[in-house]
Amino acid sequence: MTVAPAVSIKNLKIALPKSAERPYAVDGVSIDLIPGEIVCVVGESGSGKSMCAHALMGLLPDTVTTETGEVLFEGRNLLKLDESGWREVRGRGIAMVFQEPMTALNPLMRIGEQMMEMFEAHNLLTPKERRAKALSLAKEVGLPDPERIIRAYPHQLSGGQRQRAMIAMALALEPSVLVADEPTTALDVTTQAQILKLIRNLQRSRNMAVMFITHDFGVVADIADRVVVLRHGKIVEEGSIDAVFKNPQHDYTKALLAAVPSMHPPVRAPLDENARAVEVIGLDKTYVTSGGWFKPDRRVQAANEVTFSIMQGETVGLVGESGSGKSSVARLVMRLIEADRGTVRIGDVDLTALEGKALRAQRHRIQMIFQDPFASLNPRRRVGQIITDGPIARGTDPKVAMQRARDLLGMVGLDAGSLDRYPHEFSGGQRQRLGIARALAMDPEIIVADEAVSALDVSVQAQVLKLLEDLKARLGLSMLFITHDLRVAAQICDRIAVMQRGVIVELKPTAQLFASPEHPYTRELLGAVPGQSSPSQAA
Amino acid sequence: MLSFVAQRIVKGVFVLLAIIVMNFFLIRLAPGDPAAVMAGEAGASDAQFVQQLREKFSLDKPLPEQLFIYVKGVVTLDLGFSFRQQMPVAKLIAERLPATLLLTLTAFGISLLLGITFGTLAARFAGTWADTAITVSALLFYATPIFWVALMSILLFSVYLGWLPSFGYETIGGNYTGWAHVKDVALHLVMPAMTIGLFFMATYTRMTRASMLEVKRLDFVKTARAKGLRDNIIQRRHVLRNALLPVVTLAGVHSGTLVGGAVLTETVFAWPGIGRLLYEALLQRDYNLLLGVFVVCSAMVLIFNLVTDLVYRLVDPRIEFAS
Repeated sequence: MTVAPAVSIKNLKIALPKSAERPYAVDGVSIDLIPGEIVCVVGESGSGKSMCAHALMGLLPDTVTTETGEVLFEGRNLLKLDESGWREVRGRGIAMVFQEPMTALNPLMRIGEQMMEMFEAHNLLTPKERRAKALSLAKEVGLPDPERIIRAYPHQLSGGQRQRAMIAMALALEPSVLVADEPTTALDVTTQAQILKLIRNLQRSRNMAVMFITHDFGVVADIADRVVVLRHGKIVEEGSIDAVFKNPQHDYTKALLAAVPSMHPPVRAPLDENARAVEVIGLDKTYVTSGGWFKPDRRVQAANEVTFSIMQGETVGLVGESGSGKSSVARLVMRLIEADRGTVRIGDVDLTALEGKALRAQRHRIQMIFQDPFASLNPRRRVGQIITDGPIARGTDPKVAMQRARDLLGMVGLDAGSLDRYPHEFSGGQRQRLGIARALAMDPEIIVADEAVSALDVSVQAQVLKLLEDLKARLGLSMLFITHDLRVAAQICDRIAVMQRGVIVELKPTAQLFASPEHPYTRELLGAVPGQSSPSQAA
Repeated sequence: MLSFVAQRIVKGVFVLLAIIVMNFFLIRLAPGDPAAVMAGEAGASDAQFVQQLREKFSLDKPLPEQLFIYVKGVVTLDLGFSFRQQMPVAKLIAERLPATLLLTLTAFGISLLLGITFGTLAARFAGTWADTAITVSALLFYATPIFWVALMSILLFSVYLGWLPSFGYETIGGNYTGWAHVKDVALHLVMPAMTIGLFFMATYTRMTRASMLEVKRLDFVKTARAKGLRDNIIQRRHVLRNALLPVVTLAGVHSGTLVGGAVLTETVFAWPGIGRLLYEALLQRDYNLLLGVFVVCSAMVLIFNLVTDLVYRLVDPRIEFAS
């Protein structure tokens, strides 16, 4: 290597507290960051990738201790610095961009003020110059109407704009190293594509060394020069992007790459001949927030003339970006919220016409699996209670319900002993299995899966998707599958409906949609999916 | 914003009206006849005199008509006549209101200032002896009844130490003017204001501490550290400002009750405010005076709430008036 590294992490060992599952969060990791190069550190949750990033900034949580190792930057070992030494490096030498731009910005301060703080922290420039600099930074990262944006508060910006502002802030003092911790994970796919491009361009024009933390191999394929794969705090594989993607050496890397859903949908037999499981006709839903006496009400149309049907045994995908109305449609179909207009039929029953007891009697036929496996299970109730609540409410004998819960746990791949445990004792993937068992306990005909695999690591995601497919086939279920991830949709859906601002703009069999998208928005969405350029991703 | 304020004022008028109607009937549901009390005190309790008194103060008219007469009066700021004190209620209240406002606003200021200061310190040194000392004393002040703190501080500071006057608004017969008067009133103010202030201080201390510890963990604090900012700037600008939002909410709720909360303190310290007026009116079945005090207190609660909402808008840009 001809260029000296901007930062070298050498044999870093970060110890976890005694109660943790393993002794080290980061176990003997060495990474060199070279100017002008983007190193992607990839791994699943708990692999220690974020710890590496935070170690570079001296921002490790108090609960962990750095046992051995060095972080060499400009001839100094950063790990030996005191607080004031760190303050000098932070922002100026090494800057960081965080995952969730909404929470990473102070909600009570204007964007411009937060940018100007960067200079204030290092006693640079006069207040007037700081303002001018903030303005030019806002321009550089492509924020529209920079004059207005630097006077705005974080909540007045879109997710993409907030992340641009974060990046502008990180670049303010022209650091030689940028640490980006999952900077696009919280963003929509089209926004993600723009932010990746922005980071790429800035890194090139400023010849920065970038450490890019991500769990998404698609993103890695698009942005990395070099890849470091972490597992349980150890590096399992390291190399150039081409080497790792085309010729992965370690089994774990191979498994991770194989778990990434392909953009090529498998061939599926049409199910047009089957009876209709769900029929949705002309659903309208507008959310109105009162605007006060002299201001007009604010209206957001979440569903506009939404019409589709799901055949028996079919999976229909609902894809779109955040705010497109997908989750509202799911809730309308379940009748968890009331539609302004339109009809939902489950088989022959008009769900929208029912009330009270008659409605409750139908509810078991359509059940939901939620996105967040942590928030969707009551933490104070045991698994057995969670699963049997519904059936017992429907009049099933508690003993029978409990036996059925035991069988269901087996069906979703958990052992029957789980019945007496609490949700917090399970991992994310296991909790999502519990969520599935809970839904199945009601003997539903239709499952509504609202981003059911979005919060899971890619290998766990693959397992849960397979489980859903198996169960669907075994029990003859139909499914409404809501996702923002087109790769997942390609693998699991028979047909896909693309939603934009409450309207279904395109609804087609999956293979056809991917092969010949018609609507410009569909094309935009498909084009923005990361990782399509890499040869290995075409598998 | 103007429309927001206008809207709130109009709503407030309706709330006030509802309060008046409710209080009017509630008071009259209670047993006791003011005419009989007055006649008794006048020493001539024959039936004819009582009847005369009833007629004089419209007590013989049907309730709805009495209510109508009362509401009509309130609109023109006429709160009726106090039978017992032989004075218009509005004048009585206007005389006493400044003393109460002085007491409660001072107490309010003390509680917020000390509460936020101690809360910040406790959060800063969380887990150390300083944190424990602050938290425990806050709990003590919160758990101790106000009247007991009042009586004990009189014993300590007036009786044993002789530092502070034990009762009243100013030294009787002192006839101080200018700064000497201010100093005299201030000395009288210390104990009652501290008594109320310490109670509320305790809640603000605990709230500020908990809230700061929570905000400290948030991402934007990490961002601030990643900028290389000094810790005291991070604490003040990023942590404290955000942590104060729930404190402002709580203070808003309290600000209204401070007026009512002064009854005990004013009684113990013989502070010539609304609280004591209310206490006296209650004992004497002085209907109009009672109602008048209620109306004024309610109006103050409404005003304080409006002020809180305006302050909230100042500290949190995410709140919009319209919604």
